[in-house]
Amino acid sequence: MVWAILSIKVENKPGILFKVTHLFRSRNFNIDSISVGVTEDKKYSRMTITTIGGEKQITQIVKQLDKMIDTIEVHRLDVNNSVYRELVMFKIKVNKPEDSMEINKLASAYSAKIHDAKKESIIVEMTATPHQISAFEELAKKFGLKEMARTGITALEREEHEH
Amino acid sequence: MIDNNKMENMIGATALMKSLEKEGVKEVFGLPGGANLPMYDELGKSNIRHILVRHEQSAAHMADGFGRVSRKPGVCFATSGPGATNLLTGIATAQADSAPMVAVTGQVPVAMIGKDAFQESDIIGMANPALKYSYQPRTPEEIPTMVKQGFYIAETGRPGPVLLDIPKDVQQNEGKFTFPDEVRVPGYHPWADPDITNTARAVELLLSAQKPIILAGGGVIISSAFAELQSIAELLMIPVVTTFKGKGAFPENHPLSLGPIGMHGHAEANKLMTEADCVLAIGTRFSDRSVGTFAEFEKNLKIIHMDVDPAEIGKNQTTSVAVVGDVRASLRIFGKMLMDKAVRTSDDNPWLKHVKEVKQYWRENLKIHPGEMGAAKILRKLRELLPNESIVTTEVGQHQMWASLFFDAIHPGTFFSSTGLGTMGWGFPAAIGAKTARPDVPVVDIAGDGSFNMTENSLATAVLEDLPVIVFLINNYSLGMVAQWQRTFYDRRMVGVDLKKCPDYVKLAESYGAQGLRAQSMDELDSAIKTALKSDVATVIDIPIDPEEDVLPFVAPGTGLKDMILPS
Repeated sequence: MVWAILSIKVENKPGILFKVTHLFRSRNFNIDSISVGVTEDKKYSRMTITTIGGEKQITQIVKQLDKMIDTIEVHRLDVNNSVYRELVMFKIKVNKPEDSMEINKLASAYSAKIHDAKKESIIVEMTATPHQISAFEELAKKFGLKEMARTGITALEREEHEH
Repeated sequence: MIDNNKMENMIGATALMKSLEKEGVKEVFGLPGGANLPMYDELGKSNIRHILVRHEQSAAHMADGFGRVSRKPGVCFATSGPGATNLLTGIATAQADSAPMVAVTGQVPVAMIGKDAFQESDIIGMANPALKYSYQPRTPEEIPTMVKQGFYIAETGRPGPVLLDIPKDVQQNEGKFTFPDEVRVPGYHPWADPDITNTARAVELLLSAQKPIILAGGGVIISSAFAELQSIAELLMIPVVTTFKGKGAFPENHPLSLGPIGMHGHAEANKLMTEADCVLAIGTRFSDRSVGTFAEFEKNLKIIHMDVDPAEIGKNQTTSVAVVGDVRASLRIFGKMLMDKAVRTSDDNPWLKHVKEVKQYWRENLKIHPGEMGAAKILRKLRELLPNESIVTTEVGQHQMWASLFFDAIHPGTFFSSTGLGTMGWGFPAAIGAKTARPDVPVVDIAGDGSFNMTENSLATAVLEDLPVIVFLINNYSLGMVAQWQRTFYDRRMVGVDLKKCPDYVKLAESYGAQGLRAQSMDELDSAIKTALKSDVATVIDIPIDPEEDVLPFVAPGTGLKDMILPS
């Protein structure tokens, strides 16, 4: 089983997210995360979908997505040659006054931002790889996680080396 | 630039009819209702013939049958809500068998969408996985481009159904229209150019095989690659098997023809398919019904796969070489490469000798039902009396598989069946659609009683619209295929399969104004077929048979082709 990032350029029209997700459901594929937003050209949106599956299945997903009339381009990104990040928000419990300082330190170690610091909780925002997010999540758990929200990965492939 | 002087004022429904006329549509199969009244009002004023159905499912099947025969999208109309949902089975059937179709449904007015209005259904959402594409115009001006694109998408590449769901106010409102002569669909690439390197590799691989075979699928029929296939098979002296959907891709009276493989394939076809070391598979998706278990099929077999749909490559089977593109174009390049190599195969090689022996053995020794009205005998009688250019459709069940086994398709593209979705009730309305496309040839629906029950009210359409098709009703008074599985796998515990001789099909036909004939002996059958062929009204020939007759050979689900059960 491998983890794959698919970058899908689609026409920016209503109903296309439904068709893409329906394709995953009807073909028995799995969506690990999904993020959608408009591209530099407002006519198109980019969907970034991460999925886990066998090589053969991922090849099939790419082909089936490519076959969809609303998709303009479908790329399986080279994970080792792409910049991929996810935005996450943690609402972390503040149990005692010292927690506040420790959460601040932890956030700064992960280049995360502090929002809405209250007596009972702090919201921390970070943009990172899923791996870093998991690491932070583990550390934050010792204070207690009240809530967590993730956007799903978005990604772009790096340019080829310049000569 | 849009030239304002060339723009025309009209309502959306008029623009729809005009767009359909521009696509060359001559007939529409459908049923009116509240939400498509404006388009019916304009349909009445147009030159397009309306063929009224008694249930929308039949309208979709008629459009499907029309589309498969003419290779142009058949068009069906239905109203919103239940009218649209009644089309669904027909749309899914067309999608499963890659048939070109344009379905046009009425929808509640734009402002009512999402309000759970009377006869509102989200047909786009419901039909999505069964559609090649769909449109819902929100302004009348969008209609001409959507129709033009819809036809283009439905009939190119791997064909399929397209839905146009038009809110009632969009049909009624006036707009300023231009009618495009050409359309662009940016994300749609229907045909790739066949890759030359891969085609050359395919040639090398096939020529190096000791025991080559050709497997022709429905794609050969869709792209009319009959001549190209035949010339390659004859040049290389390679035997040809087909999938069930590919039946009619290669003349079944040809010395190299072995007939369909699969669950109810010919014994010789299944046997030789499993012995082959290399297959040239053309326009097939390797359905489980054709190949049995995937792993078993590809064991010791090199697969060359030609298909128009890149997503079919490697979906079910591992291929050694793939050539993506229209299969006719691919076969032409393949054939030319063979010509350039001046390849000649003699017909005394050991593989071909073996093929001939196996074929001859099974043609002489396959046990058939001993009764006078056994399935093999009645279907061979039909073939004997029916001109080769006649079009045959089937329903779904035992009769369908007997047709596959015992009715030879000889002229290219004359045999059609619901092979993918397996829709009972498809064959009769599809035959009516086929007759609309080809009024010059006899059209016969080889039917079973269970299936015919499902859409028999299309007799009204056949009679009133003067479309004299023949229903060749192989009547075992039961849901025969289910009964066979209950006999075979459930120790004869028969549940829900006895149709108890109801209805009387002769009286049923007559009540619609059609001709009803009953054939209980070979002489009666002979005369009934001859009478039906001369008749100018639709005919049902009711042919009672032994309800215990099984379809054999039989490859049980989950097993390989070599494990076929033979008649004992």
